[in-house]
Amino acid sequence: MSGTARPKVTTFPAPNTGGFAFTEENQAQAQRHLAKYPDNNKASAVLPLLWLAQRQNGGHLTRESIEYVASLLGMAPIRVHEVAHFYSMFNHRPVGKYFIQVCRTTPCMLRGSDELIAAVKDKLGVGEGEVTEDGVFSMREVECLGACCNAPMVQINDLYYEDLTPESLSNLLDDLRAGKDAQPGSQAGRAGSEPLGGAKTLTEVGETGVAGYAFANGGGVPDAVRQARKAEAEAAKNEHQAGETSGKGDGKA
Amino acid sequence: MPTLTINDKEITVPAGVNVLQACELAGFEIPRFCYHERLSVAGNCRMCLVEMERAPKPIAACHMPAGDGMKIWTDSDLVRKARRGVMEFLLINHPLDCPICDQGGECDLQDQAMAYGFDRSRYEENKRAVPEKEMGPLIKTIMTRCIHCTRCIRFAAEVAGVEELGAIGRGEHMEVTTLEQAIDSEMSGNLVDLCPVGALTSRPYAFSARPWELRKTPSIDVMDAVGSNIRVDTRGREVMRVLPRLHEDVNEEWIHDKTRHACDGLRRQRLDRPFIRDEGGRLRQASWDEAFDAVAKRLKSKRKPEKIAAIAGDLCDAESMLALRDLMHALGTPNLECRQDGAKLDPTRRAGYIFNTTIAGIEEADACLLVGTNPRWEAPLINTRLRKRFLEGGFKVGMIGEPVELTYQVDYLGAGTDTLKQIAEGKNAFADVLKTAERPMIVVGTGALARPDGAAVLALARQMALDFGMVSEEWSGFNVLHTAAARVGGLDLGFVPGEGGKDLEGILDATSSGDIDTVFLLGADEIDMDRLGKAFVIYQGHHGDAGAHRADVVLPGAAYTEKNATYVNTEGRVQLARLAAQPPGDAREDWAILRALSDYVLKSPLPYDTLGEVRQKLIETSRTFAAVDHVAPAEWGDFAQEGPIESRPFALPVANFYMTDPISRNSETMARCTATFILPKQEATGTDG
Repeated sequence: MSGTARPKVTTFPAPNTGGFAFTEENQAQAQRHLAKYPDNNKASAVLPLLWLAQRQNGGHLTRESIEYVASLLGMAPIRVHEVAHFYSMFNHRPVGKYFIQVCRTTPCMLRGSDELIAAVKDKLGVGEGEVTEDGVFSMREVECLGACCNAPMVQINDLYYEDLTPESLSNLLDDLRAGKDAQPGSQAGRAGSEPLGGAKTLTEVGETGVAGYAFANGGGVPDAVRQARKAEAEAAKNEHQAGETSGKGDGKA
Repeated sequence: MPTLTINDKEITVPAGVNVLQACELAGFEIPRFCYHERLSVAGNCRMCLVEMERAPKPIAACHMPAGDGMKIWTDSDLVRKARRGVMEFLLINHPLDCPICDQGGECDLQDQAMAYGFDRSRYEENKRAVPEKEMGPLIKTIMTRCIHCTRCIRFAAEVAGVEELGAIGRGEHMEVTTLEQAIDSEMSGNLVDLCPVGALTSRPYAFSARPWELRKTPSIDVMDAVGSNIRVDTRGREVMRVLPRLHEDVNEEWIHDKTRHACDGLRRQRLDRPFIRDEGGRLRQASWDEAFDAVAKRLKSKRKPEKIAAIAGDLCDAESMLALRDLMHALGTPNLECRQDGAKLDPTRRAGYIFNTTIAGIEEADACLLVGTNPRWEAPLINTRLRKRFLEGGFKVGMIGEPVELTYQVDYLGAGTDTLKQIAEGKNAFADVLKTAERPMIVVGTGALARPDGAAVLALARQMALDFGMVSEEWSGFNVLHTAAARVGGLDLGFVPGEGGKDLEGILDATSSGDIDTVFLLGADEIDMDRLGKAFVIYQGHHGDAGAHRADVVLPGAAYTEKNATYVNTEGRVQLARLAAQPPGDAREDWAILRALSDYVLKSPLPYDTLGEVRQKLIETSRTFAAVDHVAPAEWGDFAQEGPIESRPFALPVANFYMTDPISRNSETMARCTATFILPKQEATGTDG
């Protein structure tokens, strides 16, 4: 790898990468992350690199992939294991093709996340941390995902599905299993986190009308905005399906 | 210098101490689990909570710097309540298995639960159970007992310099683990001392004794030349375990694994009665009288004393070497040798064969050149000091010799004498480092000296010490790192060739050719026994090792735990080992054997009958023995003869850290360590021995 290792002041067993290595594409991504930090602080890139490894590995980390990251960063394998086991976004067991994370923190709980969990269990026969036999779905209960306005919600792979009821979640799972497109975001038809009956404020359109803020006559979002949003979501989805591997927030850098 | 009030007592403490230390200075004990003086502060056990004025809640004393005008209470209702709460939380998941726990009786959690705990449990939920972790042949884990203080992790990463321990998971699911690998550190045994509960215990010692059954004897270690201060715990006449004793200038509070765990070698292969080789070439048991007669017949009939030689081994105490030296001088032989590794040390100047910088002095150095030595294996505690100094920053270390992995950053300069010469002539970049350093030091290992041109290497090192400003009124940076506990003592009392006497090489040549026909080996096992030829060999020692196998007469002596003896460490520090257990069978203290032998051999026996008289004679021989546990600066002067230096790499004296002497070679635990840590590496690199 490029750059010199950080000054090595301890000894540790050589990482056992077991043949795991980044694909060429991920290698390039990894270099982009590494370039953000000085050579003697390469360890700072441990989280994005682990995230890349998890993506490449189909949603979970193996011992080999963790140690591969250690070898890239010149870190002691145990230090990378510590990081990888600390954060709950890193999985250490295989997950399904669709990895369902059901939020169960207070707002979602009050709005019926328990029923969602029960619905998933009923429908798929999997509980916390389990994968369906065909490997298509797996479920985990997680803490707040930050979409409390639209509670209850689940995250499936990278996308949020909000305003769920057991029925809509069940339909959603059916769609996914059938390979149909599922519309992310609110399943109750609202845009973003605006009030359920449509926007109550900022309803007037200005002369120059900035699209993001323009809501006409309390009747919801103008068509143009809706289409723009849809296109954006579509693009994000395609990007994800194409195996684009950067995490949220830096993909547009 | 902040002044603060602790429990209404005003005290001024040094700047930079924390509240916990300030409380200790004021004489108030603070309970703690995670805090340790020599490790970084973690502040995660919360046991050291104290009340501070104007603080909304109790503060962690270990994590709060002592400030001017602070008001602290260590025994208020709030504090007591807080500690009881912390203790209750710690005990939620801690098993109640004290009766089967090896830590029982010396457990911080047990003691502090007695002092600060609640006398019953309010929890009915199931306790957490954690799978055991594999940590190698020395450390047994019962991880359910772990209270997550992280002392072990911090010790491994900070002091031992091995990043092999870590905590995975978090919260209640946190587990301390090595990922099922043995901890490859020569300092790993200290983890057991550090663990405040019974999560990490000593595997070789498992279920063998309770602390209150043991007799504790403060003593000195002889497994290397550092002379670590140890406590020998015995039950009856068996050494059950060895623990470190605090000595800031030598071993701080650590010892390495050979010191700690080689003691089971004291039970095996012991020489417990005299033996004489009969006509059939077999050793048969004999009485002391017979053995002395056999030796006397040999020594007395010599009309030519120069046909006798004596070699002292690595574990010999000063008293026995003095007695043997006096015996040999009385017989008139000049062939004495205490450097059984063949190191070409010059005994004439003390500064030329000791670690002048001193171990604690390493912390003041700012550059270091290691020549032909692997301190990690030859003196792990000196290596630990070098690492401690390195971590403070501004310390450059260069190394010449076999490239070995140390626990700090090392500039590897080259393999042998050529590189050394380059530096001496200023042709190497490291020469500038030494030149610009204010307090540079050089450490010459026996690997650089135990070779035919060793004396010339020593002379070159001496010249370098002068050239690079390592010798001055207030700084001495010239160091020889010995591997044997006996070496400095032997050189101090002059167990070296007298006028016209032969050194090791000379003696072995002469025995091969028959010029020397009687050899007295005082615990000398590391020489090439094949080169002793047809000589009559008298072996005095405590283990049936190489020397005893070759011997014609075997005199059973005492191991280091079985005698009151004087050792001089590599710094030249005189330290006293104490008798912790009686020697087995007919074995006796070594100087007493030689004193008894002198009755048979000499017209007038050796002039001392008690240990006190021997020590008196020691002091008369060399004044350095008068001051115990004190390092007097050695006077610089001329030593070592310059000469041609061969262009050859330096070899290392220690091939297997875990087996360097008769005791560790006979230790089962050390054999297990060798199998775990040494053999796989040798197989991997394809090298042998």
